[in-house]
Amino acid sequence: MSETKRHSNTRMVPFPSDAIVPERDLGKTPVLEARHLGIQFGGLKAVDDFNLTVGPTEIAGLIGPNGAGKTTVFNLLTKVYEPTSGTVLINGHDTKGLDVAHTCRLGVARTFQNIRLFDKMTVEENIRIGLHNSIEYGMFTGILRLPGYWKKEKRQHEEVMRLLKIFNMQDMADVRSGSLPYGAQRRLEILRALATGPRLLLLDEPAAGMNPKETEDLMETIVRIRDEFQIAVMLIEHDMRLVMGICEGICVLNFGQVIAKGTAEEIQNNPVVIEAYLGKGKGEAK
Amino acid sequence: MAQFLEALINGISLGSLYAIIALGYSMVYGIAKMLNFAHGDVIMVGGYIVFIVLINMGMPAIVAILAAMLVCVLLGITIEGLAYRPLRQATSLAVLITAIGVSYFLQNAAQLIWGANPRFFTIMNYGNIPVILGNDQFNISVGKLCSVGVSVVIMLGLSFFTGKTKMGKSMRAVSEDRGAAELMGINVNRTIALTFAIGSALAGVAGAMLVGVYGVQLSPTTGAMPGIKAFTAAVFGGIGSIPGAMIGGILIGVIEILVGTFISTDLKDALTFAVLIIMLVVKPTGLLGKPIREKV
Repeated sequence: MSETKRHSNTRMVPFPSDAIVPERDLGKTPVLEARHLGIQFGGLKAVDDFNLTVGPTEIAGLIGPNGAGKTTVFNLLTKVYEPTSGTVLINGHDTKGLDVAHTCRLGVARTFQNIRLFDKMTVEENIRIGLHNSIEYGMFTGILRLPGYWKKEKRQHEEVMRLLKIFNMQDMADVRSGSLPYGAQRRLEILRALATGPRLLLLDEPAAGMNPKETEDLMETIVRIRDEFQIAVMLIEHDMRLVMGICEGICVLNFGQVIAKGTAEEIQNNPVVIEAYLGKGKGEAK
Repeated sequence: MAQFLEALINGISLGSLYAIIALGYSMVYGIAKMLNFAHGDVIMVGGYIVFIVLINMGMPAIVAILAAMLVCVLLGITIEGLAYRPLRQATSLAVLITAIGVSYFLQNAAQLIWGANPRFFTIMNYGNIPVILGNDQFNISVGKLCSVGVSVVIMLGLSFFTGKTKMGKSMRAVSEDRGAAELMGINVNRTIALTFAIGSALAGVAGAMLVGVYGVQLSPTTGAMPGIKAFTAAVFGGIGSIPGAMIGGILIGVIEILVGTFISTDLKDALTFAVLIIMLVVKPTGLLGKPIREKV
């Protein structure tokens, strides 16, 4: 529970009391609050008592060994799975009972571990599907090509180009997304997610399959996206250079339970985390 | 020669009717990933609505067709909402059995409401155009020519709709990856309902044409055979593909009429389905269907 005091110069701790957020996000509604979140598949507790608070401009990391339940957490946050216990608040709104599409409209967007673009559509069409919710003209305006249609089409195209510019992909707008190289597909997926206008961007292993140079660029871009769009980013990643390089708050999951939370230094020196990754006994390397 | 030309034109015309029905099967399969076997029976209901409005109420044909489309749309959305939507997460086999159940339900409900006596009506009876070819002469029915035009317009309209409009794009997105589309904020249930609405509206048109132009007698089981033929056409052309349904429909129509004219009327259905089997052995995805590659 929170311990708030009446003195104006007291540094407050947002609740739940064990949560940390960047200092600049203090006093703002956290973009994400997961409280006692859990899901059970049959008798298996895939995720149990998951608590996490992410500040509105935080870059958060979710790490853990394979099978720890990281993607399950993403599926819970996006409501692909309905949690069997606990709550998820997005910008203070309870998502209980909301379906995937409505949760997306609250401002959660994600990418996938195994890329799930609309392969038969062009790069531009993929992003436009993301922009979907911001197209205001109705079906008949679209079919009859009323003047408002062209104006909004133009604005949309500009928006697509502005997004493509983030990764310098403007010249690929008309390429079929299924024929893009792997790295470009990952980047397009991030742009498609950004197009939905999220407050919280969930990236599931964004650097998977990228070479060190590409990962380096990706790190810079994630920070730039956060700065430019003023949104929170939460990422699952196995590449520790990326996680330790850009994540402000890190949460470590093992067997569906949070075993540690903290900053990069705290996590790196946490014996419980080292044990989860390297096993009990004398881990020779760190 | 004249006989061949006449058969060919009749085949194309009948095929365009199959194409309209096949579009309904194909779009629903492409987006909802299910075979709506009740589609043929929606056509039958459309036929009865045209009969009621045209003959019983004495309204003009166009009003009757619009009324049939409207009723079919409502029926299609209702079937989807009541019978198929609760099974969205169920196995495809459960949905298939449900669809067969809905089909029998509609046939028996129609028999209860309208009885089993066959009925007839005519729309678009504009006579025939005589064509003289050397010494031979044959007639082309204007109504049948119109039906070709109607189906071409429908196909172009649908291609435009799915390619260019916002709703059409969400339909394509849902058909490619329902989960990802949902996570992009697309309302999947509404998109699937819209698909059923479009397919059922086409079924209404098809019902009017089937009885009113092609002279098929209207009874509770009227929709079954054209439904199966059109399903064949959709598979033939590559299920899920709009131009595929069109081409498949016309090919099945032409094969059926040519076989009926030159080989045997008794064999026309048998040979039509034989062609389908050969087609599926040679190219299992249909003419325009794309192979699904499993990532390993």
